[in-house]
Amino acid sequence: MTTDLTLDAPRAPHARTKRGINWEKWGWIYMRVSGVLLVVLIFGHLFVNLFLGDGVSQIDFAFVAGKLSDPFWQWYDFALLVLALVHGTNGMRTIVNDYVAKASVRRILHTALVASTAVLLVLGTLVLFTFDPCPAGADPELVASFCEDIL
Amino acid sequence: MPAKASGAGAMSSSATIEVPVPRRSVIPGGTLYRGNEGMWSWVLHRITGVAIYFFLLVHILDTALVRVSPEAYNIVIGAYKTPIMGLGELALVGAIGFHALNGLRIILVDFWGVGTRHQKAMFYVVLGVWLVLMIGFTPRHLINVFGG
Repeated sequence: MTTDLTLDAPRAPHARTKRGINWEKWGWIYMRVSGVLLVVLIFGHLFVNLFLGDGVSQIDFAFVAGKLSDPFWQWYDFALLVLALVHGTNGMRTIVNDYVAKASVRRILHTALVASTAVLLVLGTLVLFTFDPCPAGADPELVASFCEDIL
Repeated sequence: MPAKASGAGAMSSSATIEVPVPRRSVIPGGTLYRGNEGMWSWVLHRITGVAIYFFLLVHILDTALVRVSPEAYNIVIGAYKTPIMGLGELALVGAIGFHALNGLRIILVDFWGVGTRHQKAMFYVVLGVWLVLMIGFTPRHLINVFGG
């Protein structure tokens, strides 16, 4: 006689130990989705700023003003800011979790990561959307050529 | 565990089998991972990731100076145009290039059906594509920094 042997199919649903949102899973997915987007966005960022024209030597206030007066670059840089900063912070969180054994130190470092990220997200967003390419009273030599009509 | 196995049942209890002492592993720690492509891609991914993260913090702050005044921004961005920082930018672009390409390799290992089987080959593809990109970028950047 044979005995009945039952095996669950591979990847069969299993009892979850914890209820609620699986944050680690979504963090894992976020790293991959944002990673692909960042490859495109950062390669574009480096190509326009460091490869085209005179590269790093062309970058000054007028150059940045010329870019940020265009909503396309405003939203491009906003996407870069959010995707890259959260991607980097989550990566640092992974590294902290790997190397910091003491719970209290881990908590301090996690708090520092979240706090610095929140401050920089707010600062960066404000800069991108309240930026004035032709600030009143600015030296005409330092601002973009299109400011002549305004200043 | 003794280095011999006693037979049971049909074998008499006096019968012994000599088992050779296992050879010492030549791989440190006895793992297939350590010291190979998988480890080095992981190490480089971490180091480049941390470096890029800290640059990003500085880069958000220096760009925020456009909101202070044209003079403040130009003074700080001027520091990026010095020869030493120019070489730093080369290292930064190299780090970003590796992190980006190896990140795509990680995604392929995770989602491509035969990704794990080809992870070593993909590491060398990453290095090859990285080298091509750097050969394209380096002369142009050095001319922009050192003047041409």
